[in-house]
Formats: sequence, C-alpha cells, structure tokens
Amino acid sequence: MVLQLHNVTKKFGNFIAVDQLSLTIPEKEMYGFLGANGAGKTTTFRMILGILNASSGSVTWDGKTIDYSTSPIIGYLPEERGLYPKLKVRDQMVYLARLRGMAKNDALRELDYWLSRFKVPEYADKKVEELSKGNQQKIQFIASVIHKPKLLILDEPFSGLDPVNVEQLKEAVLELKESGTTIVFSSHRMEHVEEMCEHLCILHKGKTVVQGSLRDIKRAYGKKNLVIHADFNLEELNTFPGVTDARMTPEGISLQITDEEVTAPRILESIYDKGFISKFVLEEPSLNDIFIEKVGASYE
Amino acid sequence: MNRFWIILFHTYLSKLKTKSFIITTIVTALILVGLTNMTNIIDYFNKGNDENEKIAVIDETGELFPLVTAQLKTVNDELELEAYTKSEEKAEGEVEAEKYRGLLILKFNKDQLPAAVYKSLSIADNQIPGDLEFTIQQIKAQIAASQLQLTPDQLAKLSEPISFERVALKENAKTQEELSQARGLVYVILFVIYFAVIMYANMIAMEVATEKSSRVMEILISSVSPIKQMFGKILGIALLSLTQMAVLLVVGYYFIKRNLQSLQGGFFEFLGFQNIPLSTIIYALVFFLLGYFLYATLAAFLGSLVSRIEDVQQMITPMTFIIAAGFMIAMFGLNQPDTTFITITSYIPFFTPMLMFMRVGMLTIPVWEPILGIAILLVSITLLAVFGAKVYKGGVLMYGKSNSFKDIKKAIQLTKNE
Repeated sequence: MVLQLHNVTKKFGNFIAVDQLSLTIPEKEMYGFLGANGAGKTTTFRMILGILNASSGSVTWDGKTIDYSTSPIIGYLPEERGLYPKLKVRDQMVYLARLRGMAKNDALRELDYWLSRFKVPEYADKKVEELSKGNQQKIQFIASVIHKPKLLILDEPFSGLDPVNVEQLKEAVLELKESGTTIVFSSHRMEHVEEMCEHLCILHKGKTVVQGSLRDIKRAYGKKNLVIHADFNLEELNTFPGVTDARMTPEGISLQITDEEVTAPRILESIYDKGFISKFVLEEPSLNDIFIEKVGASYE
Repeated sequence: MNRFWIILFHTYLSKLKTKSFIITTIVTALILVGLTNMTNIIDYFNKGNDENEKIAVIDETGELFPLVTAQLKTVNDELELEAYTKSEEKAEGEVEAEKYRGLLILKFNKDQLPAAVYKSLSIADNQIPGDLEFTIQQIKAQIAASQLQLTPDQLAKLSEPISFERVALKENAKTQEELSQARGLVYVILFVIYFAVIMYANMIAMEVATEKSSRVMEILISSVSPIKQMFGKILGIALLSLTQMAVLLVVGYYFIKRNLQSLQGGFFEFLGFQNIPLSTIIYALVFFLLGYFLYATLAAFLGSLVSRIEDVQQMITPMTFIIAAGFMIAMFGLNQPDTTFITITSYIPFFTPMLMFMRVGMLTIPVWEPILGIAILLVSITLLAVFGAKVYKGGVLMYGKSNSFKDIKKAIQLTKNE
C-alpha cells in the first residue's frame, strides 16, 4: 500500500503547474508537503485524488490508479473549507460518509465518536452556519476521516485554529497515523511539519526542490545555527571563516555556519577569553531556514 | 447504494423538506382550490346581499307588472319585484336609503309598446338592468306580435337564430369548438411549462452554485464524479418537480370533479377542462420533462461556472431569455398555430418543448412531427449533457471573479489531459 507519484506533470495550457514530480509515500507514514502559495500543492492533491488527470506520468496507490472507485479509502480535507451551511451537522456527515461508501449506521456511530472526542456532541443537531469557524473546521476534519480512510490528505489542517484546537487536532491526526493511516499533509507552519512528519518534500513552482527524510534534509543542508550570548561585542564574528550568515540579537548573535565540527570550536577558541559567555549552543537548522533558502526570501 | 442514487435522493429529500418548497406548493394549491371553487366563492359573497335584491316597480300602465313578474322568473328568479304605489320621489328616496336595490318605472310608448326606466345608486352592476331589459324585451315582442296578429309559432320563427357552422376541410382538422377548447387548455399548460422550467432550472443553478460557493464542492468532487453529481442533482430536482406537479394535479382534479356542475358554462368551459384529451396530457408531460432536462443541464453547467451565488442570476439570464422567447412565440402561435414560422421554430431545440407541444395540442399534425421533435430534443439533451458534463467538471474547480462565457473554454481546458 504505497502511494507513488511517478514523473507527474500537469499543464494548464502553457502553464506548468507541476513538473516531473516523483514521490513515494510508504504506508502508515505522515508525509509533509511544503510549498509557497501557488507552488502546485493543491493541484498535486487533486491529481492524487483523481479529480484532475495528470498531463503525463502516473499516480498509483498500491499499484493501482486512483479514481472514483477507490474513493471510499481516501479522505480529503481541502484547504478551502466548506460544508453545506443550511444542513444539520448529522445530516451532512451521514451524506458525505455515504458518498464515500459508508453505511448510514456506521456513519452515525463514527460521528458520535468523533463529536464526543472533540467534546462537542451537542453540535450534531446544529446547522453548520451556526457554528464558529474553528468548530466548523473540526466538523470538516470529521468529514474527512469519518469513513476511516487508508489514505488521508490534509491540506493546511491547522490554519485558523486556536492553540488548544490545534493540539486536539494534532493528537487526532497522530492517533490516525498510529492506527495505520497514510497521511499526506501540507502546511505553511514549518514547526508542525517538523514535529509530525518523517519525510517531506518542498515544492517550488511545480518542481521538487528538496525531498527526503527530515534528518537527511537537515544534514544535507550542511549548515547549522550557532547561537551565542555574551556580555561583549560579537560583531566581528560576522566575517569569521565558515560563517555564511549572521544576525545580531539583543543578547548576542545568531550565526549560520558550515562545517560545524571545525568552525564551532574555532569560534569558541577566538572568543572564550574575551569575557563572560552565557550561552553557546549549536542548533539544528530549522525547516523554516531551509524552506526560506530553497524557496526564496520572498516567501513571508 | 449507488452513489448516484444517494445524491439523487439527498437532493430530492433535502429540497422537499425546505420551507420555501412547502410554502410554494401550499400557496399554489390554495390558488388552485380558489380558482376551481370560484363559483362557490362568488355565491358565498352574494348571499349576504340577498335582502337587497328587491326592486320597487312603479307601473304606470297598470297592466305590465304581473307580466314582467312572471316573465322575470324564467330569467332571474332571485330578483324580487314589488309594486310601489307611492310617488316616484319617495321611491327614489328609499332606493337611496338602500331599502330597494333599484327602481323600475314601466310605461307605454306612443305605439302602446312597453318602455322602462331603471334607477339605482350606481349603474356599475350590469346584471340586474340587463335581466330586466331582456325580460321587458321579451314582453315587448309578445305584445308587438299580438298587435300584428302573429301566432306564437310565427313569433318563434322570427326570433329563431340562424344556423351558422364553420367546417374545416382538412381531414381530421379540429372543429371550431374543439379548437377554442384546445386553445384554453394549451394556454394553461404552456404557462405551467414556462414557469416550471424557469423555476426548476433556477433551482439547479442555485444548488450547484451554493455547493461551489460554500466550497463543499471540494469534498464532493473528491468523492463522486462530477457527471454523477450533475445528473443525480438534475434527476433529483426532476423528481421534486413531479412531486409538486402531482400534488397540484390531484388537488386540481379533485376540485374540478367536485365542482364540475357549477363550473359548467363559465371560465372553465372556455379552458376546455370538461373533456381533456389524454394525448394532450401525455404530450404535455413529455415535453415538460424534456424541456426541463434540456434547460436543467444548461443551468447546471452555467451554475458550475460562477463562484458566488450573487452571480448566478447574471449567468443564467440569457437562458431565461431563451425560455421567455419560446413562450412568447408560443403565445403568438396560439392564434395562428399553422403558420410556417411556428412550424420551423418548433424544430429549434430550445423552442421545441413549448412550440411543438402547442402545435400538437392545437393542430392535428401527423404523429411523426412530435416524434421528430422529441428525437431532436433527446439528441440535443445528450449533446448538451456531454458538453455540460465537461464544463461542469472543470467549472467546479475554478474560482475567481470572472464569470463570463469565456470561462466555458477555460473549464473544458482544465479537464483535458494533454
């Protein structure tokens, strides 16, 4: 049960939305899908879902093409949220679940489970338009998982939620992953991806710029962050050999360095007798740093 | 259950339960009940006026009053005549005090023939003076006849209306009577088709646009193919329309049957409801359904192109105009159903439902003509469905401000696999 994208390209007229994308997402894995706005994430998702046909290349799940006959095993949380505003939560959950091939009674049972899990069982008889945006989002999440999909696609699942709700939803997602669901996950929030995904890829203008496991990506990046807090001026470190970037902070400096095993000791050596050093930490680069460098500083 | 049926019944049931649908159906049914009970309703309100149906008569001749009273019984037995012996001014005063409905003064003219003056508060009511005039006219004829020494037979001969018959020479052509009956019926059914097609096509477009603007479409298209969605919806609404029609038909049929006696000779005879030809009803149903499918398919893919509900009306306005144009032509054609213009336009797909039905209802045309019309409609519906499904498939994925017909091209391009 592997989701495989092989040389997938999608053109809209002359515009290439996705260019030669190849991915392999193993079973029971949470895969992070990153990209700036317009990078081709939604188009890729739509091709995985079979809504759009790839111009060339193939998308397969367990060796088979994904189309509407496989829709019962796929769950989708679109980035643009929306449910029938005038329908009661129960009615539309059952309707949507049945469209994914679930029996009515099973759908009702699952709905009860999820509503009480999110501690909102009283919403079943409310119309969606009466709920707050965050609560609509929870309902929408339920809509994407109610039929127990094997492959779950979450497009920006946490956007617009308060921290408590984010935690609740994250917990639910992790639990689904534990129970064997393959999850493809896109987000602008790098810390969520860092926290939850073992593998990821970064799309930029339809092309993959980075791909692989989180650890490998960070290692291959070849740079680390060195944070130093001291009571004397550290500005001269800007030009220290091996330093690729530096940023002054109120308490000291934050450096980006290559060859940390060589560079870091040398820096320490050059400053240790100059005064009091309260902090000297070598940090992994954040995904944010990698993303910004790969995709361009234009991304906010 | 197949997903197509789930969509179909979901559309049907959720629409069936909406307040607007229930209210529309009830209001229309009430109007229907009102129309079919028109005679009863008018009678009901007239009952209150009964005591006022007395008319004072000043008989200056001294001999006409009993004759008029007797003759009036055969014309209008609700009117009561009362001999009035006091002065004319007094009588006028009592009419003004609404004690009497009116004042009738009977006299002889210089030829010793009856003449009369009728005075009442207003002369807006035509019926009473009309009945009185007719009565006195008959008496005058009798008196004149006796003056001329005519026998009652001779008098009858004189007043007998001539026989004037119009005969259509074309074989099977409808007789004059049939034609005017058919016209009323066809008129009513055309109206129903016109309103129903516009209303339900609108409903489809709104439905699609609502799903799109609320973005629930994103989930739907990932679950079920757009084609199934589109036709599930179209058929669901078709079922809804049939339900509504059936309710109205049952209500209408029940009350027409019940009130058939009192409806005789009135407005409803003009509409030809006494003996509705079965073929007309079947054709009406067939052309209504085909017309609905044609326009519903059009409405569905037009609805799929807009991103906001506010834009739906703008998008389907051209479609509404086409339906209205078809209706106008049909109205014009009711008076001259056999002109070449009508014949030709009845084969243009978008006009066929109303015009071909109008021709079938009004004229006696060979069977192959409506069959050809139905075939043309079926082919156009199929073509439109194939084309519409492509547009729909892409259209539902497009969001943005523009909602012009250029988007159709964009929508089709979106679904192509280059």
